[in-house]
Amino acid sequence: MTETKSPSAEVWITGIGLATSLGEGLEANWDALNARRINVDEKSFAPYIVHPWAQVNLDTQIPKKGDQRQMEAWQRIGTYAAGLALDSAGVKGNKEILGRMDMIVAAGGGERDLGVDCNILNSEAKGNSAPGFLNERLMNDLRPTLFLAQLSNLLAGNIAIVHGVTGSSRTFMGEEAAGVDAARIALARIAAGQSDIALVGGSQNGERKDLLVLYEFGGFNLKGKFAPVWSRTKDAGFALGSAGAFLVMESKAHAQARGAKPYARLTSVVADLARRKRPGEVTATLQNLWSKLGHLESGGAIITGATGAEPVTSEERTFLAEHREFAVRATGTIFGHTMETQFPLGIGLAALSISRGALFPSNDLSGLEVELSKPPSQIVVVGAGHWRGEGMALVEAIK
Amino acid sequence: MTTPRDKFGRPIVVVTGMGVVTSLGAGKADNWKKLTAGESGIRTITRFPTEGLKTTMAGTIDFVPVEPFSSTDLSERLADIATDEAVSQAAIGGKGDFPGPLFLAVAPVEVEWPQRSELGRATGETDFDYDAILRVSGGGRFTRYHQRFQFGSVADHLAATFGTKGSPISLSTACASGATAIQLGVEAIRRGEADAALCVATDGSVNPEALVRFSLLSALSTHNDPPQAAVRPFAKNRDGFVMAEGAGAVVLESLEGATARGAKILGVLAGCGELADSFHRTRSSPDGKPIIGCVRNALSDAGIGPERIDYINAHGTGTPENDKMEYLGISTVFGDRTGSIPVSSNKSMVGHTLSAAGAVEAVFSLLTLEHQRIPPTINYDVPDPAIPFDVVPNKARDARVTAVMSNSFGFGGQNASLILTREPL
Repeated sequence: MTETKSPSAEVWITGIGLATSLGEGLEANWDALNARRINVDEKSFAPYIVHPWAQVNLDTQIPKKGDQRQMEAWQRIGTYAAGLALDSAGVKGNKEILGRMDMIVAAGGGERDLGVDCNILNSEAKGNSAPGFLNERLMNDLRPTLFLAQLSNLLAGNIAIVHGVTGSSRTFMGEEAAGVDAARIALARIAAGQSDIALVGGSQNGERKDLLVLYEFGGFNLKGKFAPVWSRTKDAGFALGSAGAFLVMESKAHAQARGAKPYARLTSVVADLARRKRPGEVTATLQNLWSKLGHLESGGAIITGATGAEPVTSEERTFLAEHREFAVRATGTIFGHTMETQFPLGIGLAALSISRGALFPSNDLSGLEVELSKPPSQIVVVGAGHWRGEGMALVEAIK
Repeated sequence: MTTPRDKFGRPIVVVTGMGVVTSLGAGKADNWKKLTAGESGIRTITRFPTEGLKTTMAGTIDFVPVEPFSSTDLSERLADIATDEAVSQAAIGGKGDFPGPLFLAVAPVEVEWPQRSELGRATGETDFDYDAILRVSGGGRFTRYHQRFQFGSVADHLAATFGTKGSPISLSTACASGATAIQLGVEAIRRGEADAALCVATDGSVNPEALVRFSLLSALSTHNDPPQAAVRPFAKNRDGFVMAEGAGAVVLESLEGATARGAKILGVLAGCGELADSFHRTRSSPDGKPIIGCVRNALSDAGIGPERIDYINAHGTGTPENDKMEYLGISTVFGDRTGSIPVSSNKSMVGHTLSAAGAVEAVFSLLTLEHQRIPPTINYDVPDPAIPFDVVPNKARDARVTAVMSNSFGFGGQNASLILTREPL
């Protein structure tokens, strides 16, 4: 168990940047959520299902074409969403604040050049196995700067270059848990006075065959026909999502001093690593995390990044059944599975819901997700990774 | 009894265990002996064919067999070796029951060529597209590769093996990663979240594509013959860094916790500093401000002035750019004292262990404090008049060392500095 103990400073979420398969910005995402819209592509990667990114005018957040060219899609999505978060917090271009703003990015790796890979593999299949063959092809065929578009920490690097966030730059890796830990460490640092303001988030481009290969190894990809997360028990799996989600988190004192308006308070983030050797371990871990969140009142909501992969989704379902007084929403149904980004996305949606005084409606067909008629004052964000990692956050209305 | 706190009222963070493995060998004793003898671990690559490559040497670790090879598998093995040494020395917790969190610096993980070629063969075709690869990936034939190539897999393995608590953090700040792992541990202890933290950094990245990637960015030395003379930090004829493998691990504890259990204290993590550079993806801001700011942040975090530092364990990669910028940064902060502070680069001997470097060099800095002996910068035959450092050229030197600054800089504007001392400040 890792937890943030009795925070001394209250931490507010003062910026949210969303660039997802539903659109860019809070209005577009909120409207699409309320219209119960889901942007899913069953054809382009058939039989695999992905949620494609809603294209935007990149120039509005990444003005230099040279910068855009230096990035692959996952970095462009993230850099774009980070800019939206800074705008939302009202700190875009504020050099004094950006120069001391801390940054924790949850990242995977970048797109490969599938053409180069395929050509090399085909040549190998045709018997070309001379010593140095691979070296020569890579030396000749790889774009010199592709590496920089693949390096995990270069999303943060691009955010520093494009938006000027330079207080610190840390990149966490490790799939879903990276997103949980990014929020957890940023909260802990601000609460303890080690940081005043931080940019936290991640991004994923789900329209990637190399990612599909990685998850196909473990049989995790959703195939055939789209179904909401809770209706995938027979054909388990996740549909890769495409999204950038960033948050600006800061101490209440820092926010008030600059007159920033908060969306919500981030009260606690807790995380753990169940070994998952025996059935029930994830359920028990989630129960334990729930007990560490702080005081919970009934009538709240749960926004979960449940993947649809098994057995973890069934274990989470057992946990949720113990908390039926909380209205559940699975972001995986709506946005797909955005891996490192799912937890920051969940926190962003929780803060947005609290600030709008309503939980967005459900797209569930199974009956697990019920409507919530009153404004939520507490939303618990849940993340149980498809393979490892469990985390929770408590997002609350500011009293 | 009052709790031991630093001048800012924070718990004092000490080191009670350390482990290291590099191309020079496994373990502190072997590494220290060779490091202070000025030996190089750089050798001609034999792990894979080097035809067609401009750089044919590296600090590979060939004494840890991994078959079939993957950089992630080797990283995991190296991390095991260094962590085992650190935890054994600290004698903390029970076996497989480390009483604190894990912070792991690890290279980004990806499917590698041996596995990719296996997929290509599995298609059974000689003319296929990526969809064919995608089709054969499923069905349970390659299940093990899912886990292997998850970014969190090395940390997951270490957490299971050493029994660290909570959610392990895998991180990358490129070539500053090892320092960042230590910084995260220091911060957790200062917050009072943990009494102990396990900070590990590992890199087993010498594979064809990794070498090609750095080569295409013109970052690597091509002084292939003799390989031992390839890394020439601060010398006029330096021409790039040399990729290398290694791992470093430290057990951090609050001074209070370490004292209470009677642990031997090996050194103090007195300060950490960082500052990102927004100038360019691979180059430092020409005015050196981010490096200067990073170094100053570390000093101010430790609550000391530059006059207290009596040895700098340089990032010192041996690239024309890095060494010049590091000189600019250090000389700006240290002023008139610049030429009289010993500044040496371990990388002249062990190469650039990339994600591991910050932790490997922190361990070497602690050994410098312990032995009161400064490892040299080897291959320093042609001084660069633009960099008038005392680089401790070619031969180790006995010296009184009470406080060390260890610098790490990386692609993506990453800068991190650590300050390590013998005694609490």
